[in-house]
Formats: sequence, structure tokens, C-alpha cells
Amino acid sequence: MTRKTALILGARSDIALAVAREFAAAGWDLQLAAREAGRLADDRADLELRHGIAVSLHDFDALAIEGHTAFVAGLPVLPDLVVCAVGFMGDQTASEGDPAAAVLVMRSNFEGPASILAVLGNAFEARGSGTLVGISSVAGERGRAVNYIYGSAKAGFTAFLSGLRNRLAKKGVHVVTVLPGFVATHMTEGMDLPARLTARPEEVATAIRSAVERRRDVIHVRRIWRFVMLVIRAIPERVFKTMRI
Amino acid sequence: MKLSGWGRYPVLEARLGAPRDLDALGEHVRAGAAIARGNGRSYGDSAVSPDNTVHMRHFHHMLAFDPTTGQLVAEAGVLLADVIAAFLPRGWFPAVTPGTKFVTLGGMIAADVHGKNHHRDGSFASCVDWIDLMDATGRLHRCSRDENAELFGWTLGGMGLTGIILRAAIRLRPVETGWIRQTTKSAPSLEAAMAALEASDEATYSVAWIDCLGTGAQLGRSLVMLGEHATRQELSGPQAANPFAMGPRRRLSVPVDAPAALLNGLTVRAFNALYYWKGTRGAGTRLVGWDGYFYPLDGILGWNRIYGRRGFVQFQCALPPDTAEAGLRALLRTTSQAGAGSFLAVLKRFGTADGPGQFSFPMPGYTLALDFPVRAGTERLMDRLDAITLEHDGRFYLAKDARMSARTLEQSDPRTAIFRAGRARMGMRPAFASAQSERLDL
Repeated sequence: MTRKTALILGARSDIALAVAREFAAAGWDLQLAAREAGRLADDRADLELRHGIAVSLHDFDALAIEGHTAFVAGLPVLPDLVVCAVGFMGDQTASEGDPAAAVLVMRSNFEGPASILAVLGNAFEARGSGTLVGISSVAGERGRAVNYIYGSAKAGFTAFLSGLRNRLAKKGVHVVTVLPGFVATHMTEGMDLPARLTARPEEVATAIRSAVERRRDVIHVRRIWRFVMLVIRAIPERVFKTMRI
Repeated sequence: MKLSGWGRYPVLEARLGAPRDLDALGEHVRAGAAIARGNGRSYGDSAVSPDNTVHMRHFHHMLAFDPTTGQLVAEAGVLLADVIAAFLPRGWFPAVTPGTKFVTLGGMIAADVHGKNHHRDGSFASCVDWIDLMDATGRLHRCSRDENAELFGWTLGGMGLTGIILRAAIRLRPVETGWIRQTTKSAPSLEAAMAALEASDEATYSVAWIDCLGTGAQLGRSLVMLGEHATRQELSGPQAANPFAMGPRRRLSVPVDAPAALLNGLTVRAFNALYYWKGTRGAGTRLVGWDGYFYPLDGILGWNRIYGRRGFVQFQCALPPDTAEAGLRALLRTTSQAGAGSFLAVLKRFGTADGPGQFSFPMPGYTLALDFPVRAGTERLMDRLDAITLEHDGRFYLAKDARMSARTLEQSDPRTAIFRAGRARMGMRPAFASAQSERLDL
């Protein structure tokens, strides 16, 4: 049996590397794509040594949209699975005051990821198989005062993934939306996150593999988030705007 | 944040950083009073610096493996458990392993750990080909027997006080299976146990588990356990078809702190009696899996909590051949009289191998390891055991220590002054420091 290949976009993030380890342990070959992919050389050696799989590194800039088609055409093989872990939280206060900062957050979380998944989705559609995993966020489920720039971009990405799934479902291509909730990563280092709501990157990776194997559509990582978001979505806007949440 | 070692005593307030790359690591080191921390499995305060503890978890990459020599190059934060998981299926096993697999490569080098094969193969240093060490300015130095040999020697067993161990090349040993042919013999006394260990010099692995509550004629009664890597011919059935696969191991865990009162003379006595009885009945030879053989306590996650909230302390000394029997007798008698009890009492004969480690713990003779819950009277007992060790020309294992005095260390080991002076001369003091090095004036 030939081995399957997973492409991981935004591969330098903690979640992406945990996903890489998860699929490597399951015997998948990997394509790791990120800006300055050369900095992943140690990770490549480690994954190959531990798991006896093949790993290739690819320079990839989610914001350089004009290069996305060429990027996909240039991959050594069209992967069986894509996990998009591209994202950038930015600084909400800066985003409020500086349109350029806000646009960067929006492009990094919506435009860039949607663009590359559109190209890959078309290639998968032509082949008639494949799985696309987009890591979005619970922040996209409702606009909150403290992170709505990031949240609005993630909302766009979540809607994009939903639409892509519904279009490609008839073509043998599956799309998974991941809404991780809080994750203890470099991005959230130093933030005071509630322990029960905060997943480790390895939990996210395990949840993603399980979702891929079981062809789930939308997943949270820790179940408690389903209830948290149920409550948050149920609060009337009239009340929500008076809350500090 | 609060940090402690595996014994959960002492608990210290410490600043903890976890750099992600070399530049950030260099910055941490230049801040001074730095000590690297791996998986926190040294028992006391070796891997805690109140001002600057540097967690090595992000340096966890395996970098290269040469199947012709068995040499693995890896970063210091790699766990031994991961090395086994990756390489045992390919027929390789650590050449030297301590009693837990949840230790990092850097930690094993810093403590120059030993295993059940010390009498034949020496300490962990024997399988270390080279180390990349970061100095106080953030510069890296390749250290080996030929290159920066002095630094290499002081780093093996140097408790992280010579710099930050970043990478190392270690050699693994080829094995045909994941199984160990274990032979258990019961020894009714200390004398018999020592005789059995002396007589088993040919065995690859040897260790004695002592029922440390035995008194009088039963003082030091033991189970002597010998082991050999099983060959393929020794396996049959499904094992032979898949010689490295083990069934899933049942994991127990200690989810909460045991009330200290639970661990008293009676329960320890019962446990020891049961273990000894079980061992005696199981005497003879049988095949056991590598995990249960080398890492029996790893099967009980969080076993350190069994001693209760106040934690526990380990005592481990080495005694030279001439005084070993008298010294061990005095140590065991004192422990037994105190009724303090130790679940774990391990006796091991060290070999004469002269490794490169200049501050390593092992020396020819015997080593005895005991552990005690921290409570009233423990400190006094430990002081007594220290004094007995000194009277018998013994020395102490710093990876286990949490409370010894600087004076005791100085008296036990003439290398202490040389190590201290060398640290000062090579710019390592006070650039690298742990709570332990401050306490012991290293």
C-alpha cells in the first residue's frame, strides 16, 4: 500500500507541528509549508527519524495569493489531506486604531487561507478525492468587543469552509472545520487562560485525525466548548452589548 | 511559579522560561544564575534555580541516526521514552538506562546516570560520544574525549553546572528482541545478597531489591534479579513473529496524594513482605517485557504522590568495596530501627569502569538507594545515614539529594573543591546555578 501524504499549511505553528507528529505517527508522509520553511529542518529530521516517513519542506506565504496556483502545481505530489493552520491573532487595540493592522489580521485569517484552500479544493475536485481541514475559531461564532477583528475574519473562514464542504461533498471531497477554543501555544503564551477550556496542541491534533478518519464536518476539541458557545450564541444582542465578555 | 523535583521536596518559588530557539536560549543564559531543566525527574532541587530555571522542552528534536554504529544525535530535551519508542522496533535499545524512561537526554548526561549494567558497561557517560554545550556567553562548544576534553569530563555528572547541554550524540546497543530473560534468586541476608551479586558479574544486568525492614538475621534479605536481552531463538509463538511488540501495559495511576498516615511501618512492612514472598515464589527464570523490567515504577503514573503532600526524600550513597558490607549493614540497621521504612530499597554493585565523567557519582563498590516520606524525624535519620556513609568513605548521588549540607559533600568527596574551583576559573560560577549548587556551595 502506498503511503498517504498530508500537506500542512502554516507548519511552524505549535498546532501544525502537533498535527505533523500525529499524522507522522500514523505513517503519513508530510509536506510542511510555511514562510522560511528552512527553519523546519530540525522538525523534518525529527519526524523522519522517529516515524520512518518522508517529509518535504515548502516555502509558502498565505498572503502571497498570486502564487497559490503555482504553489499547488509545484508540489511533488497532490496530497490526500490538507490541514490549514495559517492564522494570526494580531493585537485587537492596534487593529481598532490602524486599518492596515486590521486588514493584515483579516487577510491572514480569511483571505489567505480561503485562497489556498480554493485552489486545493479545485484540484481535489478534479481528482475526485481528498480531505481539507481548516482550523478556524470559536471567535468566529459571535463578534466580541475584545477580538472582533480576528473573530470576523474567522467567521468568514468558517462560512467559506461550510460552503466549500457543501459544494465538494458531491464530488468525493470532504471538508472539516475545526473550532479549537483556547489552545496553549506560542500565540497564547503568557495569557491567563482557564485550564478546563484550554487544550494542548496534541489534543487538537488527535481530534483532527479522528475527524479526518470519521469524516466529521465541524468539530470542537474540548466538548465543553459546544456548551460554552451554545450559551454565548443564545444571549440576545441587547444584553450581550452590556456585558464585558 | 512553584517548582520542585520528583520528590516534591523542597518546593521553591522560581522564574521559569522556555526558550524556543538558540537566540532565545542564549538570552536566558546571559541573564545569569541559569540552570537547565528537563523533565524534572531529579529528586530534589538540582533542576531549580529560583532566579532563572530554563525549561528545555522546546529542544526535543532527534537529528540523525547512523544504523551502522547505533549513534543517535538528538537535542537535550528528547525523552528516553521517545528514543525507545522510535528505535526499539528497529532493534536498538539505550546502552545505559536509569530506572525511569521519563528522563531527558540532557538530564541523563548532567547526572551521569547509571543502570543495572554498570558493573559491566559503566555509567551513561560510556555511551556519550559528544555534547554541544552552551557557555555563559551563549556560545556553543562541541565537547568530546578529544575536543574540549576537560569540559566534556566535568559536564558528565556536572549537574548542569558547566553550561546548558543542548545536543548530544549517544550510542544505542543492538538487541534482537524487546524481551529480557530475568532470573530471580532470593537471598536470605545481606551477605548472601552481596555474594550473589559478586557471583553474577557475567550477567548483563544485575540488581538486588532489599526488604529494608528485615532485622536481626534477616537484615538485608533480598531478591537478586539478573537479566539478559533475550535472543530471537528464545521466543515462540506470537512473540517470535513480532519480537519487539509488547502487549498494552496496564497503567495504574496515583491520582491524589495519599494521606501521610497511610504510609507507616505497618503498610511498608506488609508491602515488603508481600513483594519478597511473591519474588521468592517466582524465583527462577522467565521472560519479561523491557518496560516492566527496566521501568517498573513508570507503570504507576505519579507514584511520587504515594508519599503524601509533603513529598519524600531519597537517600543514595556509594561505598567502596572494602567498607561496603559494614557500611550497608549500619545503614540498613539504622533505617530499620527508625522504623521509617522505604518502599524502594535497591542495592547495586558498581563496576570498576573508569568513565570520562570527572564529577560522576558511581565508583567501584556498592550503591544503596532508599526513600522516605518527609515528616518529623526524617531529617535526623538522613543525617545519621550521611554520617554512616562518611564513616565508611562513601559518597552521595546529587541527582537524589535535596537536603545534604555543603560540609557533608565536601567531606565525602575530594573532587568537590576541584569542581568548585574549575567552575570559577571557567566562568561557570555564578553564571550557572541551581538551588542545590547554592546549598552545596558548588
